[in-house]
Amino acid sequence: MIKNRQGLHARPVMQFVDIANEYEAAISVRKGDQTVDGKSPMEMMLLEATQGTSLRLEAEGLDATEAVEALTGLIERGFDED
Amino acid sequence: MKLSDFIIKEAIISELQASDRNGAIRELIESLARAGAVDPGDADALARAVIQRENQGSTGFGKGVAVPHVKQDRVKTMVGTIGRSSRGVDFAALDRAPVYTVVLLLSPSEDPDRHLEAMENVFRHLQRDNFRRFLRQSETVEQIVDLIEEADEMPAA
Repeated sequence: MIKNRQGLHARPVMQFVDIANEYEAAISVRKGDQTVDGKSPMEMMLLEATQGTSLRLEAEGLDATEAVEALTGLIERGFDED
Repeated sequence: MKLSDFIIKEAIISELQASDRNGAIRELIESLARAGAVDPGDADALARAVIQRENQGSTGFGKGVAVPHVKQDRVKTMVGTIGRSSRGVDFAALDRAPVYTVVLLLSPSEDPDRHLEAMENVFRHLQRDNFRRFLRQSETVEQIVDLIEEADEMPAA
C-alpha cells in the first residue's frame, strides 16, 4: 500500500528501481490487472500509483525473498517522504 | 486525461537552441512564459526549481527522452510543453545516452494525483517506439502537434 501523499512519483520510482536492480530476481509489480517490470522506470511510472493504491510485488529467482523484503520496506516507509 | 489537456502547443520548440540540460529547461520555461502559460515573473524561480529537482535525480529515464518536472505552489494549473533537439542534450540519463526529446511538466503542489496521472499519460506514449522515433524526427512544431493529437486519439491501454 502506497503511504506517502505524493504517491509513486518519479523519485520514489527511481529509488524502487535502483533497489530492484541490486537483485538477480525478476521483479514484477501488479496494480489490479496491470503488471509492469519492477526494474524499468518507464514502466513503473505507468502504474499511476497514488496514495492508498495497493500494489502486489512478485519476484522470481534465488534472492527473490530478500528483494521483496527490501522493496516492501521501502514502500512501507513511504519512500522516506512526508 | 489527454496530452492536449496540459501540453501548451504554442510553447513547443522544434529545435532547442540549448545544448545543455539547464539551458534546455530554461528555454522551455521561457517559451511557456511567452505563450502566457507561466507568469514571466515566475519563470526564473521555476527554472531553478526544475534544475534543483533534476540535480536530485535525473529524469532522463533512457531511450533519448527526459521528463523534467516540478511541483510548486506558484503553479496554478498544470502546464507542460515539449522541446526537441536534433543534436541531443546531456541529461545525465540512466542509460547515459543523449536526450532528443524533453517533456517539461509544471504542476501545482496541492494535486499530486493529477501530476501522477499526467506523468502516466506522458510515459504511456513515450514507451512506444514509434512515438519516440516520430517525435525525434519531427522538424516543425506542426509535426509535433500532429503527433500529440494522434496520440490523444489512441484508446487508453
